[in-house]
Amino acid sequence: MSPSQQRYDFELISSWIPENARVLDLGCGDGTLLAGLAATQRVVGYGVEIDPAGVLASVANGVDVIQLDLETGLSTFGDGEFDFVILSQTLQAMKNTEKVLHEMLRVGRQGIVTFPNFGYWKHRLDIAMGHMPVSKTLPYQWYDTPNIHLCTVKDFEDLCVKVGAEILDERVITGGRQVNFMPNLLGDLAVFRFKRK
Amino acid sequence: MGTSEQRSVGAVTPQKAGFLEPLILKAGKTLAAYELVYETYGTLNADRSNAILVCHALSGGHHVAGHYVDDPKKIGWWDNMIGPGKAIDTDRFFVIGVNNLGGCHGSTGPTSIDRATGQPYGAGFPLVTVEDWVASQARLMDRLGIEKLAGVIGGSLGGMQALQWTITYPERIRHAFVIAAAPKLSTQNIAFNDVARQAIVQDPDFHGGNFYAHGKVPARGLKLARMLGHITYLSEDLLGEKFGRETKGEGYAFNYDVEFEIESYLRYQGDKFAQVFDANTYLIMTKALDYFDPAKESGGDLAKALAPAKAGFFVASFSSDWRFPAARSREIVRALVAGKKRVTYAEIDAPHGHDAFLLDDVHYHKIVAAYADNVAAEIGLGSRAGALVIGGTELEEMKGYGGKEGGGE
Repeated sequence: MSPSQQRYDFELISSWIPENARVLDLGCGDGTLLAGLAATQRVVGYGVEIDPAGVLASVANGVDVIQLDLETGLSTFGDGEFDFVILSQTLQAMKNTEKVLHEMLRVGRQGIVTFPNFGYWKHRLDIAMGHMPVSKTLPYQWYDTPNIHLCTVKDFEDLCVKVGAEILDERVITGGRQVNFMPNLLGDLAVFRFKRK
Repeated sequence: MGTSEQRSVGAVTPQKAGFLEPLILKAGKTLAAYELVYETYGTLNADRSNAILVCHALSGGHHVAGHYVDDPKKIGWWDNMIGPGKAIDTDRFFVIGVNNLGGCHGSTGPTSIDRATGQPYGAGFPLVTVEDWVASQARLMDRLGIEKLAGVIGGSLGGMQALQWTITYPERIRHAFVIAAAPKLSTQNIAFNDVARQAIVQDPDFHGGNFYAHGKVPARGLKLARMLGHITYLSEDLLGEKFGRETKGEGYAFNYDVEFEIESYLRYQGDKFAQVFDANTYLIMTKALDYFDPAKESGGDLAKALAPAKAGFFVASFSSDWRFPAARSREIVRALVAGKKRVTYAEIDAPHGHDAFLLDDVHYHKIVAAYADNVAAEIGLGSRAGALVIGGTELEEMKGYGGKEGGGE
């Protein structure tokens, strides 16, 4: 994941979040998103991060961060405690993807998930040429990647149905621009907003 | 690189504050008058906003940083954390170390003379609680002219005091550093404490706590209590790594003398402790630990107990701490989140067990420093002048872990 790509989904996320919302940012990294939301929208909440370097960087960025392993669940957080629960470019690295979505629906009134779209045409082309894709949104070699659960826009739509999530908003972007025509083919970064049905 | 001496608060002198206003204790008794011994480091700023109070753990005291002129080797127990350029930076913060009531390092306690009898309190010293300590510390803050603390920091029993501060005096504390602590002891914790206490009270030299009058010290009991405690403050891995099954001689001696290195180490630590610590204080401190349970009055609901708190919280635990495991700190975090409090939680991967909170773990010091820097920024104290200093060394030059023997619960 390159920093420029990160900013594209951050912009979209920021546009969805109202002032003073309570937000939980899962896999918050160095806390950039929350620090920005706090500055522009007076958002309150916590980042969750497992990596010690990320936790330290978040503290340095003035973000309230809680060091936790998402794989073990979100039992630290009660039902419906947050207006938004965000999982930005972390879904594909989760072992128990379904569980984390259930947990997001439990602790938040709305969830936002962003992930690299495996259905992007360049990715499909790489596969067609006999290789695992390497791109701006998937910048890792197959043997050295944190990404274990790659999916396409359509796959994620199906998963939303399975976990009982109602999709409220669904955008696919490439290079910061929204893709409206054949998004599952032409978009490399998917951004979903959903709530419990 | 600064030397240890340059990076220390230097020579310090304890001070004493006497209080004549009676303190009504949770146990129902009253201390008519009492004294608290304390030390301060750094400079209190003009608006008195930069003070950080350090609460001590079971065997701690007021001597937190620096050394004594007449005893240069007596270095404060948190000297690696507190000093110029250190995580709690005395170039910006005014830091106060205090010895708790019931202690044996100068504050009124069992070894003090009871004015009513002219004899040491001994067994007659009332049981004090975390709440009582916090109340007495607040009076010391009044005396120092500090209305609102920038922070209260403590590890283990000290962390419990920091937590209690946020409940009792929500308006008087900006941030609480709750390190290697728990919202209340587990059954196992209480069990360990009682074994330690039984070792003391069953020592023939204990004389029901009035051993001072007999010119005796229940050193054997105190030593056993410390040996037991010491084991629980270190991780099994660390003990194994440090001592293994090494023996003093070749082969087994087939007797009960000191044979294994770990036996030698523990007995040495126990003896050393028994020479400097008071048995009655050990009983009082472990009881204060047992009694601490702020959620008790809220039917076990910690979030409800913490509802009055207005502080920001820094909570930290250590992966190898089995006496106060990470799960106990997560209970505190969960309650704070439920109460919509500001909280940062770090689960530090350290091999040293409970005592890790006293050691030079680089990541641990970095994250405490980062949080403390935010506190400094919040009250306009400016930023760190140079590199972070851990122990006596600037961070760039830190390699791996240093460390000294810890003090435990």
